[in-house]
Amino acid sequence: MSVVYSMQHRDPRDEDLIKGATGDWEIILGLEVHAQITSQAKLFSGSSTAFGAEPNTQVSLVDAALPGMLPVINRYCVEQAVKTGLGLRAQINLKSTFDRKNYFYPDLPQGYQISQFKHPIVGEGTVIIDLAGGRSVAVGIERLHMEQDAGKSVHDLSPGYSHVDLNRSGVALMEIVSKPDMRSSDEARAYVTKLRTILRYLGTCDGNMEEGSLRADVNVSVRRPGEPLGTRCEIKNVNSIRFIGQAIEYEARRQIEILEEGGSIRQETRLFDPKAGETRSMRSKEEAHDYRYFPDPDLLPLVLQQADVDRIAANLPELPDDKKARLMSDYGLSAYDATVLVGEAATADYYEAVMKSGSKKRDGKIAVNWVTGDLFGALNREGHTIEASPVTPKQLGELVDLITDGTISGRIAKDIFDSMYKTGRDPLEIVEKDGLRQVTDTGAIEAAVDAIMAANPDKVAQAKEKPALAGWFVGQVMKSTSGKANPQVVNEILARKLGISSDN
Amino acid sequence: MWVTQTVLKNQNKGTLMSVDQDTVRRIARLARIAVRDDELPALAGELNSILHFVEQLNEVDTKGVEPMTSAVDVTMKMRDDVVTSGNLQKEVTANAPKSEDGFYVVPRVVE
Amino acid sequence: MMSDLTKLTLAGARDALKAKEITSNELTGAYVKAMEGARGLNAYITETGDKAMEMAKASDAKLAKGEGGALEGLPLGIKDLFATKGTLTTAGSHILDGFVPPYESTVTANLWRDGAVMLGKLNNDEFAMGSSNETSYYGPVINPWRRKDSDAKLVPGGSSGGSSAAVAARLCLAATATDTGGSIRQPAAYTGTVGIKPTYGRCSRWGIIAYASSLDQAGPITRDVRDAAIMLGSMAGYDEKDSTSVDRPVPNYEAALGQSIKGLRVGIPKEYRVDGMPAEIDALWTRGIEWLKAAGAEIVDVSLPNTKYALPTYYIVAPAECSSNLARYDGVRYGLRVEGKDITDLYEKTRAAGFGPEVRRRIMIGTYVLSAGYYDAYYLKAQQVRTLIARDFANAYAKCDVLLTPTAPSAAFGIGEKTSDPLAMYLNDVFTVTVNLAGLPGISVPAGLSSDGLPLGLQLIGKTFDEETLLRAAYALEQAAEFKAEPKTWWTA
Ligand SMILES: [Mg+2]
Ligand SMILES: [Zn+2]
Repeated sequence: MSVVYSMQHRDPRDEDLIKGATGDWEIILGLEVHAQITSQAKLFSGSSTAFGAEPNTQVSLVDAALPGMLPVINRYCVEQAVKTGLGLRAQINLKSTFDRKNYFYPDLPQGYQISQFKHPIVGEGTVIIDLAGGRSVAVGIERLHMEQDAGKSVHDLSPGYSHVDLNRSGVALMEIVSKPDMRSSDEARAYVTKLRTILRYLGTCDGNMEEGSLRADVNVSVRRPGEPLGTRCEIKNVNSIRFIGQAIEYEARRQIEILEEGGSIRQETRLFDPKAGETRSMRSKEEAHDYRYFPDPDLLPLVLQQADVDRIAANLPELPDDKKARLMSDYGLSAYDATVLVGEAATADYYEAVMKSGSKKRDGKIAVNWVTGDLFGALNREGHTIEASPVTPKQLGELVDLITDGTISGRIAKDIFDSMYKTGRDPLEIVEKDGLRQVTDTGAIEAAVDAIMAANPDKVAQAKEKPALAGWFVGQVMKSTSGKANPQVVNEILARKLGISSDN
Repeated sequence: MWVTQTVLKNQNKGTLMSVDQDTVRRIARLARIAVRDDELPALAGELNSILHFVEQLNEVDTKGVEPMTSAVDVTMKMRDDVVTSGNLQKEVTANAPKSEDGFYVVPRVVE
Repeated sequence: MMSDLTKLTLAGARDALKAKEITSNELTGAYVKAMEGARGLNAYITETGDKAMEMAKASDAKLAKGEGGALEGLPLGIKDLFATKGTLTTAGSHILDGFVPPYESTVTANLWRDGAVMLGKLNNDEFAMGSSNETSYYGPVINPWRRKDSDAKLVPGGSSGGSSAAVAARLCLAATATDTGGSIRQPAAYTGTVGIKPTYGRCSRWGIIAYASSLDQAGPITRDVRDAAIMLGSMAGYDEKDSTSVDRPVPNYEAALGQSIKGLRVGIPKEYRVDGMPAEIDALWTRGIEWLKAAGAEIVDVSLPNTKYALPTYYIVAPAECSSNLARYDGVRYGLRVEGKDITDLYEKTRAAGFGPEVRRRIMIGTYVLSAGYYDAYYLKAQQVRTLIARDFANAYAKCDVLLTPTAPSAAFGIGEKTSDPLAMYLNDVFTVTVNLAGLPGISVPAGLSSDGLPLGLQLIGKTFDEETLLRAAYALEQAAEFKAEPKTWWTA
């Protein structure tokens, strides 16, 4: 795309500036994200979109651009584009048109890509990105349009030849074009992360970057703070969030180096090589682009009814920003915790299931720590998705209850959680069977304290002098009770017996 | 009354732009049609005469006129998201000048 | 007896088959023989005689049982722009060398559904670009008509020159054709046949090799108006595989014939009376007006002020679309391939060798008018003028029901006579191209002979999707004109 778009004014943050040899530089970033619409069939043909099939087995006569073949649009893909537009809080255009982008390439059988150039289905919108320290930035969306994906060429099957597979040819894509509103690689990464979250919430794109369902063209330019925009380079088809960050860092430094040496930036298309960690000019596409866009005469204008848009809007799922705000107000969560939870709808769903299972009102903060702490840790370690967690939300809720009502100590709770994760047993069952109930009976704890004090008179004397040494006694008591003693009760009794303040 | 023959004869009066040989070469390149240098002058002449002919449209006042997008005044129908075609590897490669293991084969495309 | 069979019209043959007076085997056999004997006309690129005889056999079996469709057992010729499953399909171009489609165009599939028999694939201008059938890679088609006292070879019109010549020379009962700027009506006029281009969207374009998508439309070339009505009824219909196909029922066109045209308002657009038009064409037009008036029609003078801009508009829009439509012919998936040192070299060599000069010329023009910086000045401007041309017709139709004009500014001309001047060639379509730009239906009816003894046609233009009125008026015109002349069969070996 090469559209002229407005950008928001932002005063540069010092930490975003790159310190060059001759002064500070500001990075200006705009992204074009290609997101594959999760549909059964292609945008203009009835071929399957399934990933990984044998070459050219998912190629219809239309996809192979045989003479006389014509495109017919997939309604579901149109609805998914509208849904995505609504999720980006963007303008939905009731009338849009399809244009042909003409160029020759072996993976482009028609000799043109059907895209939307002049009148896209979705206009301006906004994505709020969430950054470290609870900072948020609104990134403008310029437009979203539908287009066809191209096929794939394999270059290493025989020397001197490329092998063309058109299975992807014609798969429906949404190209989501941002305004040049990002100022650091962190922001760009946060943007793609957030966009992917939104797409997954909506179910319009699976966001799978390894299979190419989501890929980004990154437009990078640099300028002195406050000066007009510099010449940009477009880094094509970056297919991981990490690479996006690396590509930007490399490219910005490359441009700054050229400028500081008195050179100028040539507007061009570049490729990121993850192995070398650098961007390279794409010489094969160097030739002057002249795509000769014009309205596709095989397709009529795409006209939507407001009622259809309203129906899609009415069935929109709760979006991440709304969910975040609700989690904060419903469960007293911090912005940070809420952001972590809404990153994946399934995580937030799990958390809410923890909070809602059972009859007891639970402390949202304790619950979020268990979900994002021990549970995430275990899931990561075992390579489980949250949907496949061996610990159910109900069980985790019960564990939280056992801690809150003093049945078990926080320390013991960690062991119980591990056992729950391994065996899938309920926490109460583990507590009862393994005798892990917390001892709050002061008599039993006093007896344990007395026994330890009697066996260590020298330590008693030292602790009376130096109250900080009382901690040693706590550890010994917990050891002798297998960790079941209520630590608060232990502290109180020890303080009384040693004659020191209990709140150290 | 308008005069077809005159339209043709008056081609050399005021025109928008004129195509030179470099432009012909560039256009041929865009269209991926090999053109020999010795063909350029004749081609430039032909293209110019056709362009001069069509530039008559400059006389027409089209301010505020919507360009025609379709000859039929209907809205586009859409199809359901159903897979209706598959496993045509043989059919779609049967006419290929060069194919191998179900792929189309072309000279190596370097990226 | 056998040679007489080819004298029947489509309707006549249909009725004779139904009445079991003849068999499709006899009828088809007669045409296969005629086709073989007329190779000098070069009307067919591919003859499928064996297939025809098989299809005839199947039809006879149906007819014997009193079954069969509207075209059961009727042998037809198919323009080589229609993809025919298992049969070489070339569009008259070298670049489609050896191309055998694994699919059947919707229009031809409709014909086979109704029982028709395929005789072969008819020659045409390369990718339908031409007005004389001289741009075909397979060589020009010769018009069966000759000037009085001359054996000069004449063009059959284009781009459906194989279709018009084959129908006129009785090498098929009727033929399919396509019309982008006049390619059905103009060759019909040059050969004394009837050609109808229906409303854009009436016939599916699926499986027809595209020239200019927003203008291309299929239709038949036939012996008379009744045959045209029958053929169109079978070819037309909504097709969900073509987004520009229009979903409305196909009327019984044949039923519209013979109905009175009393009170029908016939518009005469004054802008079609151009300077430099042969007097005999003007006279023919005047005669046409008189005939319709005599049949009860009301003659109304109308104005189509933007008519003179139709041809330049066409020569922007059509090349622009063709430059994109023909990008798929790249030597990778089908057709001709000329190897090159890299992919670009392969593309350039293949397309330079595969396309003839007229196709290359139009691709270049189209590429230019769409290129950066020129789009607004040419393409956008042309599409705006197109709106004005369509508006002219809408205004005229407030006052009339059909329009009457000449079909072409001259009779058939000699082979090679206009090939050196593309623009002079383009002028052949001056009366027909407006109809394509506005998406309207138009029909050419043979209405008389030139002083040289060559057929001349009159064109009727209808309202959108009002082919019934158009055919009704055409039938009345045909009745009045009583055109009975036939070319002498000089070509038989
Ligand atoms: Mg891009
Ligand atoms: Zn794109």
